[in-house]
Amino acid sequence: MFQIVNKKMLNNTVCEMDVLAPMVAKKARAGQFIILRVDEGGERIPLTVAGCDENEGLVKIIFQIVGSTTEKLNQKNVGDSISDFVGPLGNPTEIENVKNACVVGGGVGCAIAMPVARALKNSGANVTSVIGFRSKDIVILEDEFKEISNNFYLTTDDGTYGEQGNVCVPLERLLASGTKFDKIYAIGPLIMMKFVVATAKKYNIPCIVSMNPIMIDGTGMCGCCRLSVNGKMKFACVDGPDFDGYGVDFDEAMWRNNMYKEFEAKKREETCNLFKKEVR
Amino acid sequence: MPELPNLQNTKTPMPVQDPSVRAHNFNEVATGYTEEMAINEAKRCLNCKHMPCVGGCPVKVYIPEFIAKVRAGDFDGAYEVIQKSSRLPAICGRVCPQETQCESKCVRGIKGEPVAIGRLERFVADYHNKKTNQVVNDIQKNGIKVAIVGSGPSGLACAGELAQKGYEVTVFEALHKLGGVLAYGIPEFRLPKKILDLEISNLKNMGVKFETNVVIGRTITVDELLGGGYGAVFIGTGAGLPRFMGIDGEGLNGVYSANEFLTRSNLMQAYENNSETPIMKGGNVAVVGGGNVAMDAARTALRLGANKVYIIYRRSMDEMPARKEEIEHAIEEGIEFKILTNPIEVLGHKNENDKKDPKNGFVRAIRCIKMELGEPDENGRRRPVEIPNSEFDIDVDVVIMAIGTSPNPLIKNTTGGLDVNKYGCIVVDEQTFKTSKDYVYAGGDAVTGAATVISAMGAGKTAGNAIDELLKNNK
Repeated sequence: MFQIVNKKMLNNTVCEMDVLAPMVAKKARAGQFIILRVDEGGERIPLTVAGCDENEGLVKIIFQIVGSTTEKLNQKNVGDSISDFVGPLGNPTEIENVKNACVVGGGVGCAIAMPVARALKNSGANVTSVIGFRSKDIVILEDEFKEISNNFYLTTDDGTYGEQGNVCVPLERLLASGTKFDKIYAIGPLIMMKFVVATAKKYNIPCIVSMNPIMIDGTGMCGCCRLSVNGKMKFACVDGPDFDGYGVDFDEAMWRNNMYKEFEAKKREETCNLFKKEVR
Repeated sequence: MPELPNLQNTKTPMPVQDPSVRAHNFNEVATGYTEEMAINEAKRCLNCKHMPCVGGCPVKVYIPEFIAKVRAGDFDGAYEVIQKSSRLPAICGRVCPQETQCESKCVRGIKGEPVAIGRLERFVADYHNKKTNQVVNDIQKNGIKVAIVGSGPSGLACAGELAQKGYEVTVFEALHKLGGVLAYGIPEFRLPKKILDLEISNLKNMGVKFETNVVIGRTITVDELLGGGYGAVFIGTGAGLPRFMGIDGEGLNGVYSANEFLTRSNLMQAYENNSETPIMKGGNVAVVGGGNVAMDAARTALRLGANKVYIIYRRSMDEMPARKEEIEHAIEEGIEFKILTNPIEVLGHKNENDKKDPKNGFVRAIRCIKMELGEPDENGRRRPVEIPNSEFDIDVDVVIMAIGTSPNPLIKNTTGGLDVNKYGCIVVDEQTFKTSKDYVYAGGDAVTGAATVISAMGAGKTAGNAIDELLKNNK
């Protein structure tokens, strides 16, 4: 069992937790993920490591409450335990030899972008952060990004906060004005990453994307997380989760992520109803 | 004057659930011998002096000796005999391919059917497990720690061997459940999970420790284990990486590797009502491949509610590598075999007029080509060759690729000095199963590529003895 040591809501639907898992905390690096199971009989879900405290043995996870399992996880409080927590899985993000980096985060993807940006900063790179959200009320990690960024841009789709538009608006402006990056790291919804890659391509700047497909074991056993990169089949869990964005078939990745949409919606509703009953 | 053997030329039939009933449930297909049936079958054994059957067993169970005990009605005695060689008889009795091992050597098989050694082994193990409250083992510990990577058949066998000799054994498992392929791969109707759990608790009673949720190579490395007080490490990580065909359409929704399909159903219990894990049920299902895993996937799909299940295999029935019994059971249950047929593309729904059509991206059919058998290949199996212009489509909703697996590269990539061959299999000494790295041994599918449960157990057992030879002087 793995105990929850801290818990905090970052906005209405995004929750941050520190889980006591000393072996994972000792090893995890930016870009890697863990797989957890809330309770016996539950689903295994992958979540990217948002930070670690090796001394305290804590692993930080940030998740959006989108389905039945994340709903159940959110019902757990400080002092409660979850049954399984395994990692770190996947390969760490490659940050070596990058002097000028641009980190682009979208929505809850900012939770994954944050440790990458911090790792880049710690390695001595000049970091430009561009983070985007749908609306003001779901903005997360703004202060954290500001603190470690040499340049910081924030957008909202509806213009309720920061600059109006998606992340490609400031990115395109920067690139058009001649700003050179060694690498762009895009982490967020598939559609966002697809457009960031298209923008990066226009200016011939390498773009790394962090893929988040459906997974089961996370160790290369099931092949569920496969995606096409430059026409070749890759497994996100062992070959990734980071890939060269130029080669990723985003359309395939998008339909694959929708495979169980109907089932997930139904389960979510059942779980919500269950908790409502308990509250009553 | 000893009693004459039972001269009946066929095996005592195994009671099974009716095919039309079992095709819709996950209960075990074969229900097991009664005591009378077991004694009757045991009487068929000629108790040959030269014991050819033992030579066919990878873990060298003293077969005639245990069968003699069954014949005498001493089932506990029979269990003790088996225990000397195998810690997991309830599993072996169910999943071993006896027809190519012990039973293939049986003298009774020359003029009729061999003695049903597997069924008797299963009977003895089940009798023991049903009757006893686990015996607490008071094995004298020697204080030497050994780490086992992976809780599949080779790891469990190695753990049992070393624990019996007094070693302090810890088994590390990446998943949340113990058993490796026995837990995620082999379905409930062939190996009930409670049987597996019982065999594992037998090992726990011997003092074996199990740590789930530890991925060796990620959470902790082999070198860290060796530096952390473990005298030796046994790697039994299996061959888990699924292969795909490399044809168009394998990224479509509804295409599964057999590993994923079986993992969803077995390990994640998608077969239970109200499971948290989704799986595509119903519709028509094509399973590609002819091995045991293909049979397991096909029969699982049927039980999950498929209308029609096809096995697509590029050679003929004679070349099919699955256990004979599994093929027979699959046919009885109504699975259709499309032999001498090979898929060339998976076709998906693509509604150009409506990009939001929810069916877009899902499988609609599998395009195949007819094959014929040509010249034998290097293994002596006749090579299948395409018949030109014989393409045809089968309408399906789900495609399951059961065409084999490769060893997971994680251990190799994170362990210095560990040699692997061109297929990624760990290279070992054939006698001792020692790897190129000192104090590190390996066995099972991680060494051989996908093979059988029992050959993995044999390797685990042999490696256990070799580790004992290495470490016992340090006692």
